[in-house]
Amino acid sequence: MDKVQDNRAWFLIIPVFLIVAFSAVIPLMTVVNYSVQEIFGPGQTFFVGTEWFEAVLKDDRLHDALVRQIIYSLAVLAIEIPLGIVIALGMPGGRSAKTSLTLVLLALPLLIPFNVVGTIWQIFGRGDIGLLGATFRAIGIDYNYTNNSAHAWLTVLVMDVWHWTSLVALLCYAGLQSIPPAFYQAAKIDGASKWAVFRYIQLPKMRGVLIIAVLLRFMDSFMIYTEPFVLTGGGPGNSTTFLSQYLTQMAVGQFDIGKAAAFSIVYFLIVLLFSFIFYTIITRTGEGEKK
Amino acid sequence: MDMDWMAWTAPTAIFFLCIALMLAGMTVWEVVSPTVEAKGLLPMRTTRGDRLFIGLLGSAFIHLGWLAATDASLWGASAVSLVWIALVIRFG
Repeated sequence: MDKVQDNRAWFLIIPVFLIVAFSAVIPLMTVVNYSVQEIFGPGQTFFVGTEWFEAVLKDDRLHDALVRQIIYSLAVLAIEIPLGIVIALGMPGGRSAKTSLTLVLLALPLLIPFNVVGTIWQIFGRGDIGLLGATFRAIGIDYNYTNNSAHAWLTVLVMDVWHWTSLVALLCYAGLQSIPPAFYQAAKIDGASKWAVFRYIQLPKMRGVLIIAVLLRFMDSFMIYTEPFVLTGGGPGNSTTFLSQYLTQMAVGQFDIGKAAAFSIVYFLIVLLFSFIFYTIITRTGEGEKK
Repeated sequence: MDMDWMAWTAPTAIFFLCIALMLAGMTVWEVVSPTVEAKGLLPMRTTRGDRLFIGLLGSAFIHLGWLAATDASLWGASAVSLVWIALVIRFG
């Protein structure tokens, strides 16, 4: 029997279309409208053309925040991805109480709200009442994340590693569990070393989940706001002020809506570009595996 | 319906109208002649829609780069962008 051509299912996407339009497309269009105007208040707007975009693109503080953001995101990836792989390789396999306990422990940091993570580390790092700060002081290191840029950076970075490495580990663990035992048996028969098993069996089989992990961690870290805001407030100076925080300062702190809208669009385009690059890599990797 | 809160201006309205017309045109084109994934100058296989997206994203960065690098009229960036989009759609 021939298939009946019926396109009525397209109507089922109308609710999604409306929700996306209401929550994303219309607000984005409004931001574009704001970005070419000076906004003094409701109904008090003046067209300024591309003035805000020029101001944003020539803003040294924004350049600094962008460089800081890229360095931060790359550092996050450089630490969390290898560490996540190592943790996943060390996790017990199979169905046992040990496996369940490990999975629960790893999932715990992921369940903590972002602002709570910031507060935990704010207290943890304090020299007078925090375990980390007090320990550093006890061994003679003058650790203070509130007035030392390097210490603030390290604390923000370690906090992110503590919060999110579990995600990478869990994804890698899922990838490792999907490898059939026959691969390991063949490697054993061939007398393959641990490194060879990792390099030629485990790593290629984890490629799919690793790309997802890289994408998620890069995008998340690129848009980080709450944790550094709670921990350091962007300081000392501007040393831990990332793009989101600078944008918030501009929009909410200075009420510079037009400039903040232009900044938002530039930020959005950068995120869109990176997303597209990662999406393309993921798609191409999938094509490679099929061949 | 009161649309004052969206703070519309004529240039942004024209901009979004162009985007909407472009999407509508692409939809009609797709219905009339469905796209086939092809490999051109870009490093991956792309559909017609992919190439339009790459063209538009590239155009946005051409405009931003122009604003950052020169004080010349932005129409120059628009002309470069049109050439870029045409090249990507035809040869990408």
